[in-house]
Amino acid sequence: MRTPKKRRLYLVLACGLCFSAAVALSLAAFSSSLTYFLSPRQVVAKPPAPGQSFRLGGVVEAGSVATTLAGETPTTHFVVTDGRAAVNVTFTGVLPDLFREGQAVVAIGSMGPRGSFVADEVLAKHGAAYMPKDVEQSLKEAGKWDPKFGPPPDANSWNTMQVKAGS
Amino acid sequence: MIPELGHFALALAVAIAFAQGVVGIFGPSLQDPRALVAAPALACSHFLAIAAAFAALVWAGVVSDFTVENIADFSSAAVPLMYRISGVWGNHDGSILLWCLILSLCGLAVALFGGELPASLRARVLGVLGLVSGGFLLFTLTVSDPFTRLWPPPLDGAGMNPILQDPGLAFHPPILYTGYVGFSVAFAFAIAALIEGKVDAAFGRWVRPWALVSWCFLTSGIALGSWWSYYTLGWGGYWFWDPVENASLLPWLTGTALLHCAIVVEKREALKAWTVLLAIATFSLSLTGTFLVRSGILNSVHSFAAAPDQGLFILALLGLTIGGSLLLFAIRAPVLAAAGIYAPISRESALVLNNVFLCAIAAVVFTGTLYPPFANLLFGIQLSVGAPFFNQTVLPLAVPIIITMAFGPLLAWKRADFYPVVQRLYLAGGVAAVVFLAVAANRHIIAALGLAGGAWVVAAGFTDLAQRVKLFHMPLGQSTARFFALPRAAIGAAVGHIGFGITVLGIAGMTLAVQSVVVLQPGQSTRLGGYVWTLTGMHDAPGPNFTQRVADITVADNNGIFLHLHPARRFFAAQKTITNDAAIHTNGFQDLYAVFAAEPAGGGAELRLNDHPMAPEIWLGGLIMAFGGFLSLSDRRLRVGAPARKKAALKKQTDAVAT
Repeated sequence: MRTPKKRRLYLVLACGLCFSAAVALSLAAFSSSLTYFLSPRQVVAKPPAPGQSFRLGGVVEAGSVATTLAGETPTTHFVVTDGRAAVNVTFTGVLPDLFREGQAVVAIGSMGPRGSFVADEVLAKHGAAYMPKDVEQSLKEAGKWDPKFGPPPDANSWNTMQVKAGS
Repeated sequence: MIPELGHFALALAVAIAFAQGVVGIFGPSLQDPRALVAAPALACSHFLAIAAAFAALVWAGVVSDFTVENIADFSSAAVPLMYRISGVWGNHDGSILLWCLILSLCGLAVALFGGELPASLRARVLGVLGLVSGGFLLFTLTVSDPFTRLWPPPLDGAGMNPILQDPGLAFHPPILYTGYVGFSVAFAFAIAALIEGKVDAAFGRWVRPWALVSWCFLTSGIALGSWWSYYTLGWGGYWFWDPVENASLLPWLTGTALLHCAIVVEKREALKAWTVLLAIATFSLSLTGTFLVRSGILNSVHSFAAAPDQGLFILALLGLTIGGSLLLFAIRAPVLAAAGIYAPISRESALVLNNVFLCAIAAVVFTGTLYPPFANLLFGIQLSVGAPFFNQTVLPLAVPIIITMAFGPLLAWKRADFYPVVQRLYLAGGVAAVVFLAVAANRHIIAALGLAGGAWVVAAGFTDLAQRVKLFHMPLGQSTARFFALPRAAIGAAVGHIGFGITVLGIAGMTLAVQSVVVLQPGQSTRLGGYVWTLTGMHDAPGPNFTQRVADITVADNNGIFLHLHPARRFFAAQKTITNDAAIHTNGFQDLYAVFAAEPAGGGAELRLNDHPMAPEIWLGGLIMAFGGFLSLSDRRLRVGAPARKKAALKKQTDAVAT
């Protein structure tokens, strides 16, 4: 019962059990709750199944933000674009203070029934000049902006950018 | 001129730190007594040099010297004095200088209070600290110099991020950094012990107070940070599972494990190699947490912007420190043979179990935090791991900790009987069951389980204390006398466990939170959480460096209006930013929380109203945990430092009599 060998066996068994539980839990959670980042272009090209959670990143198209009231509850509609494709987004809740037209945002949610994205959460970064990494990359891929050639285009020019469906 | 002096002091500190490192590590093998005395002296001057550099930077901030780029970028003349000072560590370069200052303060503490350590061990500990500090000071001096001058200087600074202008943030980084950096001492002890090839009970006795101090600071730092994000960011939550938050949680988890297994080393001389490994892992995770996040490799909500060369430098430093120490461990660990033998049911086994689960949680959080950047690097896919992942993995692993936490302190060392312990926990089990049934009656199963778990831990903590003072088994006065005669470490441990239970209660209670987003016209009201919330009006009000628009809300229950809330939107002209100042009313067991989100075009106010049951307990529990740690630290046996072996053996006997 108290020989070192048996003791070690207990230890190894306990650790093994615990860590296999941890691995199993992680794998299960990985398969169900990893959220991919998609740009509007990718969403339009290959719309994810409704209900599947993902992160949509892009720039809020200028002039697209509108709020409607259902009773007392406000719902905001806006368009997120990467300059080549655009996705309609609806969001019920409080938008971050840095949310404004022309600002880069990341919205977390899933596709709704009518081809628009229903956001559970909208993130805008601290600092108005800041571009989230994933949005920056998707803008680069869309050929709309490359950090090599200076700061991102002026916020107001985003609504004059050509928005074409598909890639 | 002052910034140049600061810059010079910084350069001086780099030289002294490396000297301290070399003299400290290699000095003891020279058999020259001068080498042994040199290390503490160097540690003192090392601290003085960094303190001078830091003071110069603070001075530049206080007088708003905009010729210093760091001040011009992150401060302005209109910022109140307190934030001009705290702004010094509110940016990348300054925060690393603060980090180095605290590291040198740890070295100073070892030099001053380590008089009872063997001289060679003290020199080696200081040497390790010196090398680590030297590496990061070199980083500060070469690629993230806070004293860079700007010419021509701007008339006014760019101003400070309004979110950072908050008393919570003034104190949060220094406390958190003390927690991170404090583990460097445990790390240095582990490395020095590996070099000397000797880990014994005295090692546990030295490492534990240091680990305990930093653990207390880390705990309060995390609690403070979470509280700050709760009341300033106005999003109604307290933990985001953001990489920065995870980075502070990781060393906390392994640090908690270290704290517990250092006890085993101290009392029973078992688990030595594991303790050394945990000390290395904890500091490595602190380093990773502080710098990986700030290097821009992890994509986080609160990372500072950093240049790519800084990232490479940091990666190299991290690789050297962590890789080097793990290599040393791999070479020297076989020397550390375990001595104590124990049965599967014993205090030691309970502590091993605690370690295993804490490390499993740490592993899971580590995976979730670092997988996205690696997936991006290796497979080129952009993905993120959010709160659902961590909730699904961490919570199930926390359940066994919560259950077994009650048994651990009641088990005897070496070999224990399980059933008497179970009997002693009948009362705690009863409390948990009552809580579960009461909450589950309202069909909140998750909250009921969580609250029952919290109540179980709290009740078990009190049971532990009551058993020790034989409450109700002897007259109350005698029990009280026994309480004050208890070793403070025992009281501290029970208080720490009770604090954890209270945090569990708070987290579980928050799952019952309700919120709603409404647009109200003045005079209109809405119902939430059994209260009637009425918007009575809105008005403008001035502030020191902002103007604000305040919404006046009254909250009424069946007995009428009992509360006025004034959430505000603050407009900072310098940065053209608006922040939300949430109005929070707490009665200690419930928070009523209102945010003035926007003024819609149609008039009125868009408000987010929240009812958060048990929210204050989250941070209260954290503070109680830290308090328990400090109580334990004030134990005379720890304060004595490193008693001679004979004395330690004697103490062990008296302990055995006492328990």
